[in-house]
Amino acid sequence: MSFITGVGLTAFGRHEGSSTLDLMSRAAELAIADAGLKRAEIDGILCGYTTIKPHIMLATVFAEHFGIKPSYAHAVQVGGATGLAMTMLAHTIADAGIARHVLVVSGENRLTGQSRDAAIQTLAQVGHPDYEVPLGPTIPAYYGLVASRYMHEFGVTQQDLAQFAVLMRDHAITHPGAQFRDKITVADVMASKPVAMPLKLLDCCPVSDGGVAFIVSREATSEIGVRVLGCAQAHTHQHVTAMPALSELGAEIAIAGAKKAAGVEISDVRYAAVYDSFTITLAMLLEDLGLAPRGEAAARVRDGYFSRDGAMPLNTHGGLLSYGHCGVGGAMAHLVETQLQMTGRAGNRQVRDASVALLHGDGGVLSSHVSMFLERVR
Amino acid sequence: MSGALGMEDWTTGAEAIVYQSCRACGSVQYFRRSFCAACGAAEPEDKRASGQGIVYATSLVVRGATPEARAHVPYNIVLVDTEEGFRMMAHGDPNLNIGDRVTARYVRFTGRLIPYFARTE
Repeated sequence: MSFITGVGLTAFGRHEGSSTLDLMSRAAELAIADAGLKRAEIDGILCGYTTIKPHIMLATVFAEHFGIKPSYAHAVQVGGATGLAMTMLAHTIADAGIARHVLVVSGENRLTGQSRDAAIQTLAQVGHPDYEVPLGPTIPAYYGLVASRYMHEFGVTQQDLAQFAVLMRDHAITHPGAQFRDKITVADVMASKPVAMPLKLLDCCPVSDGGVAFIVSREATSEIGVRVLGCAQAHTHQHVTAMPALSELGAEIAIAGAKKAAGVEISDVRYAAVYDSFTITLAMLLEDLGLAPRGEAAARVRDGYFSRDGAMPLNTHGGLLSYGHCGVGGAMAHLVETQLQMTGRAGNRQVRDASVALLHGDGGVLSSHVSMFLERVR
Repeated sequence: MSGALGMEDWTTGAEAIVYQSCRACGSVQYFRRSFCAACGAAEPEDKRASGQGIVYATSLVVRGATPEARAHVPYNIVLVDTEEGFRMMAHGDPNLNIGDRVTARYVRFTGRLIPYFARTE
């Protein structure tokens, strides 16, 4: 068994003058305090990667900087799926008795630590060096390709996709730490600058500075525990050129594995935290995961199904699209928000019932997937 | 880049699209390797593609990744399902639709030769 016993999240946006280690430290301190632990009690560390200051041993660089001597430590890299992949590993490590309290931490000054051009260029390198990158694609273009096909096969429109940007913004407005908190409409999304069609600026998540951490422990440290019920991964390809058919994507494989591991069904889920790097990502994943029938996720957004007071509240902090995206930490913020909701600590964002949550992370171009179920226990 | 024995193609500056065909299981693959990714058999055969295919997906890039690419915007990135059975990325006419039959030619982009698809006449 394992529990998410503490969470820490900084505001996302500009943290002028803060380094990767600064942001990681701030988040780690918050998470350790939230779990009611002392630094010395942390005996495992998992961290993500940083594109600003890459290091071959980031976990131990951080451990030394932060002042802890763990018995287990290393970094993990699966793009946007890293946060949940680390959580799955931390769960495994805690469950196996290898560590008692695993600190999962990531942070990056991705916005102020480099130029926007450098950020776009670095990320575009996930393309194939010989067969894709020379053609000048960007991450939005990889997802734009997938979007064009998905819209073609399932009759989804650009206005449909815009609904997801509006929903995430509506949620972000209620969170003081969100990078973007001005209300937007479908018309605003449609009128925003084209980036890689059919995706426009407001269909894309921003680049942010931020830090996120949580503690995965063998036992609960407070009265209300958030237990990891089960998780699974799927990795079907790396490059968009090698992507399987839309009906064979990894999200469906990962969720099937996680349902089996956790012994739950989608009908048991009360809160959802789903990766939303682009509006198309969220639309596709919701449908792949079974949270909406094929081609109908946008209609469910319009009906309020995924709103804070809806049947399946989704990313109530505003997601990557509006809370922000600081690399690995971006998707970890989804888990922080989920833990706050499950423990009844989400304040003005609190949903009625978050007793069982489904989390899903996606890395690369819908290539690496991690699905996870959490359950509240008393 | 590609193996010294491999057939020249657009990735090495030649006006050609080359793929590999497994001598053991018959699978085709586009990304060049010294083995078949489906069955593991060594030395798949290099073959030159016809340049004919059908558009699978498109994305018109308006915000370029590099200053060099920005000089070309907007440019249409396409995925094409070739008649030989592999999928490839290339550029294409801005007005292409998914499902269009297309034929490849070659253009220069950021100082390199790249494949470019237009509707088959």
